[in-house]
Amino acid sequence: MSSTATFRIWRGDANGGQFRDYQARIDEGMVVLDAVHQIQAEQAPDMAVRWNCKAGKCGSCSSEINGMPKLMCMTRLSDLPLDQPITVEPMHTFPLIKDLVTDVSWNFRAKKKLKPFNPRRPDAPDGSWRMAQRDIERIQEFRKCIECFLCQDVCHVLREHHLEDQFIGPRLFVFTAALEMHPLDTENRLPNLRKLDGIGYCNITKCCTKVCPEEIHITDNAIIPLKERVVDQFFDPITRIINAVTGGDKR
Amino acid sequence: MANGAAGAASPGALGVTARRDAWWVQPLAVFLGLTAFVIYATWAAFQGNHYRYTGGGADYLSPFYSPELFGDPKTAWFGGKPAWWPGWLVFSPALLILPFPAFFRVTCYYYRGAYYKAFWADPPSCTVKEPRSHYRGEASFPLILQNVHRYFLYVALLFILILAHDAWNGIWFTDPATGQAHLGLGVGSLVLILNVVLLSGYTFGCHSLRHLCGGRINKLSQCPMRSRIYGCVSMFNARHMAWAWPSLVFVAFTDIYVRLCSMGILTDWRFF
Repeated sequence: MSSTATFRIWRGDANGGQFRDYQARIDEGMVVLDAVHQIQAEQAPDMAVRWNCKAGKCGSCSSEINGMPKLMCMTRLSDLPLDQPITVEPMHTFPLIKDLVTDVSWNFRAKKKLKPFNPRRPDAPDGSWRMAQRDIERIQEFRKCIECFLCQDVCHVLREHHLEDQFIGPRLFVFTAALEMHPLDTENRLPNLRKLDGIGYCNITKCCTKVCPEEIHITDNAIIPLKERVVDQFFDPITRIINAVTGGDKR
Repeated sequence: MANGAAGAASPGALGVTARRDAWWVQPLAVFLGLTAFVIYATWAAFQGNHYRYTGGGADYLSPFYSPELFGDPKTAWFGGKPAWWPGWLVFSPALLILPFPAFFRVTCYYYRGAYYKAFWADPPSCTVKEPRSHYRGEASFPLILQNVHRYFLYVALLFILILAHDAWNGIWFTDPATGQAHLGLGVGSLVLILNVVLLSGYTFGCHSLRHLCGGRINKLSQCPMRSRIYGCVSMFNARHMAWAWPSLVFVAFTDIYVRLCSMGILTDWRFF
C-alpha cells in the first residue's frame, strides 16, 4: 500500500530560486531519485535533474538530501524520516546551472593540471610490465571512485572557503595517490602536492570519507599517506638525510 | 565557485545547516571528553605525590609519572628534584613526562580532525556553517607544526616499552619479611596491564607509524617483513579512533587507581 511524502526541492538557477514542496507517492523500495522522477513526470516537467545509471555507478545524481551530500539513486526513502519534508538541493560547492544540476567542470580542469602517469620503461620486449598483486592492491581501492564529487562538495576548504585555486580537493588527492603509489610510476608529485595542490589545507575532518558512496577511505588511505610523504620530503630533516644516504624509499 | 543561489544553508552564520540529525552530539562529546581529561591530567601532574603504590609489597607506578626520571631519590632514575629546576615552578616528576604523550595526542591525525571540529568549529561538523571566513589550514604557521607528529611517535614507542616494564613490575610483590619478590596478581596489576595494552593499540595504529613501516614504499612485495608489519599497523590504524578514546580514558583511570590506593582510600584486592 502506498503513502505520500513531501519533497522540498530547490528550484532555480544562478540568478536565484526557492524551495518548492511536492507530494509524491511512496512505495516500498523507492529511492529519492524515483520520487524526483515521479514529480518531474507528473508535476514539474521543467525540473532539471542529472542522472544516468540509477545504480550508484555513474556518479551523476549527486545532491544534498536533508543537508547531507548523497547520491539520489542510492538513498532509500525507508532510511529517511518521511513525517517531515525531505529537502533535495543541488551541491552547494559548484555553480548552479538549473534546479538540481550543477556545473562540476572545474574538477576536470583541475585534474588536467596534475602530473600524469609516468611509468618506467616496459619490463618485456612486447611493451608490457610485470607487477606484484601486493603492490597494486593498495591503489585498487582508489580506482573505485565514480567521480560523483560528493567529497569535493562536502569538503569545507572548497565549500566554505572557496580555495579552489589553491586546493584540489579530496577526489583529486585520491587520483594523485593512485598515481603516486603506483609501483610503475616514476614521477615525483610531492612538490606540487605541497605548493600547488594545497594538501596542507586539509585538516582531516574526514567528511569526504563519510559521504563517499564507494566507501573509499579517502582520508586514511589517500590524503594522510600523501601528507606523510610530503613530510618526508619537506619537514623531516632526519628522513631527508637518510634518503640522501640510501637513495630513498620510494621503490 | 560556490553556487551562492542554491539551498537554504548557503548564506548564514555558525551552525546553520539543512541537516536534520543531531550533528552537534559528536563534537560536543569530544569537547567534554578532552576538556575533562586535560583538567584532570593537569591537576594530577601538579600534585607530585601519591603516584606510586607500594602497599602489600606491590609496585604500581602511575603512567602520568613513568618513567620517574627525577622525584623520590629512592626510586627515581636520576635522584631527587634537579638543581636546574626553575624556582618559580612547582616541581612534579610528571611535568617532565606528560608533555611527550600529550603532544603525541595533540598532533595525532585522528585527534586533529576531532578537536578542530570540537574546539575551533573548523567546521563544527560536515556541511555545517563555520564562524570564520579566513582559513589557512595546516599549510602555514602555526598548524604546519603538526608535521612534527612522527617525532613524538618515536618517544611514544619508547614509553610503551617503559609502561610494559611497569606492568611487569606490577605483577611482582615484595614480601616485607624476607625482602623476596614473588609473582602475584592484584587488581592494580590488571589495571597496569590493560593500560599498556590500550596504549599499544593506539600507538601501533598511528598513521605516521603506518607510513614509516611500509606506507612510503610503492613495492611492498620486495620487502616481505615490512609488508607484514604494514599489514598489522594498518589493522590497528583502521580502528584508530576506537583505540584512541579507551586508551585516553584508561590512562587517567590508572592514575586515579594508583592515587587512591596510595592515599589509602582504595584497597588493592589481590587474587594471589
